[in-house]
Amino acid sequence: METQKQAAEDLVFKALGDPTRRVLLDLLCENNGQTLGQLCENLNMKRQSATQHLELLEAANLVTTVRRGREKLHFINPVPLHDIYARWVRKFETQRLNLLHDLKAELEGGEK
Amino acid sequence: MTKQTTRFVYVTYIASTPEKVFAAITQPALARQYWGHENVSDWTVGADWQHVRDNDARPVEIVGKVLEVSAPHRLVISWAGASQAANPDSYSRVTFEVEPHENGVRLTVSHDELEVGSGMAAGVSKGWPLVLSSLKSYLETGTGFDLSGRNKAA
Repeated sequence: METQKQAAEDLVFKALGDPTRRVLLDLLCENNGQTLGQLCENLNMKRQSATQHLELLEAANLVTTVRRGREKLHFINPVPLHDIYARWVRKFETQRLNLLHDLKAELEGGEK
Repeated sequence: MTKQTTRFVYVTYIASTPEKVFAAITQPALARQYWGHENVSDWTVGADWQHVRDNDARPVEIVGKVLEVSAPHRLVISWAGASQAANPDSYSRVTFEVEPHENGVRLTVSHDELEVGSGMAAGVSKGWPLVLSSLKSYLETGTGFDLSGRNKAA
């Protein structure tokens, strides 16, 4: 299970490690549920390269798609970002709060 | 009057079983451990359901009806702020789909028929990722996040 989790995280960081893919996510944040055609127009990009970027975002579960008739709509899926937040950001916030607590205790001359 | 609507679709992969995921959504004793809320209903089609915050005041925050149930794979509910319950236009719809995927499950939450620019649309777009991330953590590690607001100062 740990290796599975790691592989999933690798895909997220790889997907985010590219400016075009970050712009694609920004575009979906602004207007969720866009078609490939709409995204290409906003990016000024050919369908083929946009498709490749979207595939990597989908593999990382950062984008999910829903079919509506002949169209495929793309939705941003921020859930994996929250998983990363929980691991890489939240615990440092806790640590910072503990440091503040210790500092306060020291300045006030109380027990730690 | 037809409202202009928007929708969100969230997906998370969880190393668990469809039965456990379905139970975590529908059983109050489980939901309160990672959601900070309970979803209270008898989960039959047409029944009411309530989303109750797990704190001392236990306010009912969201209300709606059960529209479809096919445990443990599918649940569709209507969704409105408790103060808006009398206004049919305020109702949006949430669909939970739980499918087996490799060694675990793929959980998809689609929230549609949300009014564009409404407070509810803004609120749920921030809320769902946090809830699903906490659910994943709860089922995989036994610990979710504290979303009840009980320990704000912590």
